[in-house]
Amino acid sequence: MNYDQRLQHVSVLGAAGKMGSGILLLTAVEMADLSLKPENKGKTFVLNAIDLSNEALSGLFGYLHTQVTKMAEKKAVMLRQLYADRDDLIENYDIINQYVNDVLALVRPTTALEVAYKSSLIFEAVSENKDLKVKLFRQIDQHNENKSWYFTNTSSVPIHILEDEAGLKSRILGFHFYNPPAVQRLVELIVTDTTDNEVKQFALNYAKALRKVVVPSNDFAGFIGNGHFMRDALYGIKQAEELAGERPFVEAVYMVNKVSQEFLVRPMGIFQLIDYVGIDVVQFIMNVMNPFLKDEELHSSLLDKMMKLGVKGGQLSSGAQKDGFLKYDRGAVIGVYDPDKQAYVDVDSFAAQCDEVLGALPASYQPWKAAVRIKDTDGHFAPYFAEMKGMDSLGAKLAINYGKNSNDIGRKLVSDQVAHNENDVNTVMLTGFFHAYGPINNYFA
Amino acid sequence: MKNMRRKVYMTAGYNTISMGTGRKEFNPKKERPGLEYYIKEAGQGVLKQAGGADKVDESVIGNFMSARFNKQAHLGGFAGAIDPQLEFKPSLGVEGACGSGGLSLITGIRSILAETADTVLSIGVEVQNTVKAIYGADILAGAGYYDKRKHGHAYFFPGQFSDRAGVYYEKYGHEYARKGMCRWFVNAIENARLDPTAQEYHNTIPDLEGLYHKMTPNGKAFVDHLNVLDCSKVSDGASGIVVTSEEGLQRMDIDKKDAVEVVGWAQLTRNIVNEPPNPVELTTIKTAAKRAMEMAGVTIDQIGTVETHDCFSIAGILAVEALGLAAPGKGAEYVAEGNTSRNGKMPMNTTGGLIGWGHPTGATGVHQAVTLWQQLTGKAGDAQINIPADRPYGLSINMGGDDVTVVAIVYKRG
Ligand SMILES: NC(=O)c1ccc[n+]([C@@H]2O[C@H](COP(=O)([O-])OP(=O)(O)OC[C@H]3O[C@@H](n4cnc5c(N)ncnc54)[C@H](O)[C@@H]3O)[C@@H](O)[C@H]2O)c1
Repeated sequence: MNYDQRLQHVSVLGAAGKMGSGILLLTAVEMADLSLKPENKGKTFVLNAIDLSNEALSGLFGYLHTQVTKMAEKKAVMLRQLYADRDDLIENYDIINQYVNDVLALVRPTTALEVAYKSSLIFEAVSENKDLKVKLFRQIDQHNENKSWYFTNTSSVPIHILEDEAGLKSRILGFHFYNPPAVQRLVELIVTDTTDNEVKQFALNYAKALRKVVVPSNDFAGFIGNGHFMRDALYGIKQAEELAGERPFVEAVYMVNKVSQEFLVRPMGIFQLIDYVGIDVVQFIMNVMNPFLKDEELHSSLLDKMMKLGVKGGQLSSGAQKDGFLKYDRGAVIGVYDPDKQAYVDVDSFAAQCDEVLGALPASYQPWKAAVRIKDTDGHFAPYFAEMKGMDSLGAKLAINYGKNSNDIGRKLVSDQVAHNENDVNTVMLTGFFHAYGPINNYFA
Repeated sequence: MKNMRRKVYMTAGYNTISMGTGRKEFNPKKERPGLEYYIKEAGQGVLKQAGGADKVDESVIGNFMSARFNKQAHLGGFAGAIDPQLEFKPSLGVEGACGSGGLSLITGIRSILAETADTVLSIGVEVQNTVKAIYGADILAGAGYYDKRKHGHAYFFPGQFSDRAGVYYEKYGHEYARKGMCRWFVNAIENARLDPTAQEYHNTIPDLEGLYHKMTPNGKAFVDHLNVLDCSKVSDGASGIVVTSEEGLQRMDIDKKDAVEVVGWAQLTRNIVNEPPNPVELTTIKTAAKRAMEMAGVTIDQIGTVETHDCFSIAGILAVEALGLAAPGKGAEYVAEGNTSRNGKMPMNTTGGLIGWGHPTGATGVHQAVTLWQQLTGKAGDAQINIPADRPYGLSINMGGDDVTVVAIVYKRG
């Protein structure tokens, strides 16, 4: 079975979810492009969009239509060539519409798992629940005559566990997209000891066709991305809890968020990032990862507490941020949650005072937006953090410690053999988390 | 026609802002003023200077594709929306692709010469930001021959002029040509920065030349031989001016020194069904400019400034050659040496032209007339150039399609 044949009959499990819908979109477009190649004329391409939720599936075509249209508009030059022999399609408008129709025509939304029995490739993006994933894999594989390949999007379950428990020896790998898959360029690729090389090669080709940046990760719970993020989040929470010994909790959260964003020049502060991913998701991933880790406790009672109070963060389906640790107004932080009062406290009421305590940013500070564009990363950040180290303010101290810790997490991912090398860790954080500099560096020594 | 049987003037010009990317106020996601707003602003801006709508005998509105951009045809009917006093007077819409504005002027000139009117309100308008550029390209492709659309480029017109540029590169050298085109772009932006209504008025990029050369044309995303800086802008805007007779000037109580005289003009078309006879020559422009200057009895050396239709930088270079300012193949050099910049031998497009000021397609011809009126009467504000006493003439070249409809007009200080 060659690349095109492998992609002739595909199923996406959890296709109506956040990740599944994006994977569905990218796969549908790739399949449509294959189906339009002259040598594939007359062949049928099928992409099953399988999900439990009929309600969610009913919104899927609207989403696909909008997204495929945008993608088609961007590649109209190429599409005109693709449809050069269609005399009835003349204007860009005609051609783009036809392409959107052709992509959507491949997609079959359904709640019936049985349709996957005929697929030769299965993308899995159902809820992060090992037993659920295993159950679905087993059921499909028992009835599937194609010795189908399985690409799971799990964020935290080691792939070999899924492989063993579902009996998928050599035919499964982790193809870990970042959220949202259509936008984020990073994919972590995780093979097990037995994954067939042919499966891996296909995955690399598929990633290339999707123009993704692939970083291989070893098969350890959390892989590289969450391996860093979860520990980084716990460190931020710890810093805040320590600060909260001397000052109100809301101020501590505000300060650590500010340090991790501005002083460390990241796109978001750590509490905003936790809210963005969802407090529930972070807690959940820690719970899934934790049993696989030795000598380390990946757990936060603060997250448990927030969950009990029903404060979860995450995003609305419109993409708007829901309130979590922080309260947002059109993207801007306007309040911090006080678990004792069970209410948000206005940032304005304490920000100035906290900023004063933290102290000024180094004179060579460049905000993240400008800093990500700087080509000579070392040339900017080495002197920036050197300047910070020479400062006596609380903000500078917290930031240096924070940076050191992030650096340690990165190096440990390499020494624990989660990542193959330091460069891979940095690529994940630069590409998947949009950091302006890699966590593994010499700025904080 | 060899001679004007009657004197024709233009005065009371007005430009709206050319709205679109580049302007700080522009937000593609927010609702914006439409066709009616622009027609009214330009029309009323003119009428205010002309002393009111009762002074106007008839109206002409030039527009290219409102029927598709705005789902509105029949623009002649909007005269009464500008001012109730224009209702129940002659008013018509004219179309000749991006030369529609020029046709609006020509229609006015003809009415004056036919003595059926003494003052004509001439307007040009286009509101193009209603669709994304990729669909706008479909609409603008209507300026070409529809039978050729199927095998044309996704960006049809950039494709046409990219092909012309490709031949020019091949014949005269790639780097050589790009140097001239780059200078054309830089001049356009620098001039636009002096005119508050220009689309690139807010442009503050320090190293325009560096930016231009960084953007290598990429045929996969756009066209083979042009980058986006080689192209005019997608714009919403309108311009208006009064075309009038001596009697008309008296009626409006406007002094001749505040008007320009139309001393020569030509309006020609080439067969749209055919390919241009020579890819590195703008043959229709060449012919039209020659005839207009002959009618005016002037040579190009007597012209003090030119407004030419630089829908693409290469069209600017080719126009320089078509006007006889440089020999074939020497246009790029002529421009690169600074001859067309505002302090050069022949200042061209002194408020930015289509690349810098903007290109609301149907309005452009009228905008060119307004700019020349401003320059020749000393009303150009910060964009004012020096018009030498021995060269008191201006020339405008407005083109529709790929050198298909051309309007050339020679103006003289009034
Ligand atoms: N959200 C992220 O940031 C992110 C990033 C990378 C990887 N992931 C991983 O992707 C997977 C999906 O995450 P998500 O955020 O898209 O979750 P989600 O809750 O948005 O989507 C899960 C979807 O699976 C469906 N589903 C549940 N049980 C099913 C079943 N038995 N059969 C078919 N469909 C079923 C649900 O209806 C839902 O539509 C998880 O493994 C997660 O760890 C998530």
